Amino acid sequence: MKITKEQAQQIDRSKISSSELTEEQEMYKENIIDYYKHPRNKEELKDYTCKHRELNPICGDEIILYLKIEKGKVKRATYTGKGCAISQASISLLTEKITDMNITEAKNIKREDIFKMLGIPISFVRTKCALLSLKTLTKSLEETT
Amino acid sequence: MKNYKEDFPILKQRIKGKPLVYLDNSATTQKPKAVIQAITDYYEKDNANVHRGVHELSMRASIAYENAHKRVAEFIGAEEEEIIFTKGTTESINFLAYVLGRSLKAGDEILLSEMEHHSNFVPWQQIAKEKGAKLKIIPITKEFRLDMKAAENLLTQKTKILAITHCSNVLGTINPIKELAKMAHQVNATLIVDAAQSVPHMQIDVKELDCDFLAFSGHKMFGPTGIGVLYGKRKLLENLEPFMYGGGMIEEVTQEKSTWKDSPWRFEAGTPNIEGAIGLAKAIEYIQDIGITNIESYTGTLTEYALKELKKVKGIKIIGPQDINNRAPVISFTIQGMHPHDVGEILNQEGVAIRGGNHCAMPLMTSLKLDGTNRASFHIYNTKEDIDTLIKAIKKAQDIFK
Ligand SMILES: Cc1ncc(COP(=O)(O)O)c(C=O)c1O
Repeated sequence: MKITKEQAQQIDRSKISSSELTEEQEMYKENIIDYYKHPRNKEELKDYTCKHRELNPICGDEIILYLKIEKGKVKRATYTGKGCAISQASISLLTEKITDMNITEAKNIKREDIFKMLGIPISFVRTKCALLSLKTLTKSLEETT
Repeated sequence: MKNYKEDFPILKQRIKGKPLVYLDNSATTQKPKAVIQAITDYYEKDNANVHRGVHELSMRASIAYENAHKRVAEFIGAEEEEIIFTKGTTESINFLAYVLGRSLKAGDEILLSEMEHHSNFVPWQQIAKEKGAKLKIIPITKEFRLDMKAAENLLTQKTKILAITHCSNVLGTINPIKELAKMAHQVNATLIVDAAQSVPHMQIDVKELDCDFLAFSGHKMFGPTGIGVLYGKRKLLENLEPFMYGGGMIEEVTQEKSTWKDSPWRFEAGTPNIEGAIGLAKAIEYIQDIGITNIESYTGTLTEYALKELKKVKGIKIIGPQDINNRAPVISFTIQGMHPHDVGEILNQEGVAIRGGNHCAMPLMTSLKLDGTNRASFHIYNTKEDIDTLIKAIKKAQDIFK
């Protein structure tokens, strides 16, 4: 059986996570726990222009993303939801990242950007948790245009 | 007590440089050397299709396959003709939903409990939808036990099927099947027992339980995956039409019509999972050599110890009965401020394997208002030291999330 490049990358990532974390990664880990416990932009947005909900049945993660888009720009991004630290920190970080961003730029955010943003190795089984934020954003933006 | 870890090659490995502590036995157990060897032996010495040839190998394979039925029957107090091999509990229950569903009518009722695994929930939900039957759910009490008063009220003349788990894979609660059988039979309902979590841990006698059907999986009791059992009372099976059609289950086929073999062969169409049946038979032999009552009492002491130790940890809440009466070695718990998947990942760094999530019991999670639980489940090779390692790892996780 041939494995895809993507699978190989995932396996690679899970390998990374088996080793001890570097000092920098430790710092990021604390950052993630901080975002999990003190989420930024976690609120329902009343005057959103688009709202989208996604689930990750493995963890039972849930994200509802609210976007207020004006003149091709993300004016505000907030979310509500529940789930593991990785999924929730990921969306919290992402809402910060896309605020004031052009839609075209937001549409261009890739999986790799999310992993970079999180900064810690994400094991194979947690990939879905980490990327639920991006999936929600992508679907939201598809719906707006 | 012998250290049974030695019988299980997989348990010798290290995870992240630490000895593997395997506490996910409710999901699947590990396999003893004897079972692995039996499967290898079968392929190296006896492999052939069953019931099809008169040559030596086919005879050996057929005998081994039939003996596996006998071994299972003896293990749960049934007769050989009452044992049907399936892919597992899920297939056994789907089989019943399909076959028994044929005679359901609009307005009939199917009664389940709040603590069912999806595999004893969704098939009934679907068949109820198809037939216009009504699904009713027995709630649980604050003590995480089945609400027997509610059960009594919900069982009526309209109830055709009562499908219920013997032991909850989330709560560890063991349900009073004998009593439920009496209640169900008073209204002529068929009692179906999901025994996926009970057969691996306690003595089962289907005649004493007086259930009509009972389902379980080989892989949760030291056997291989892909083999499971459906037990049915002989007189019920005799009147059931097949589930699948094909080779191996027919008596005679003409261009106009076909007739079926007797039970259980009528229900096992196609080339069966021969290696699985042989592996399962070996697994049962392994259990019998230790003694199922010895297993029950040993894992009972582990459960008692684990409950005691877990309760000492700040922030932990046990989701399930607090005492060990009628309780299996399955312990769900939550840790304040931590999602089960984060817990599981940190524990993995310590070599500890537990399960986190909704455990295929979303209706239960919803009614308990939980996002999921952490679950540790034990079997014969686990020790008190394993539980100590678990507790230490939990404290480490709490430190990280402080
Ligand atoms: C109570 C219960 N029922 C049914 C099942 C389904 O078993 P299987 O996946 O082997 O078909 C399980 C296993 O997870 C279970 O714990």
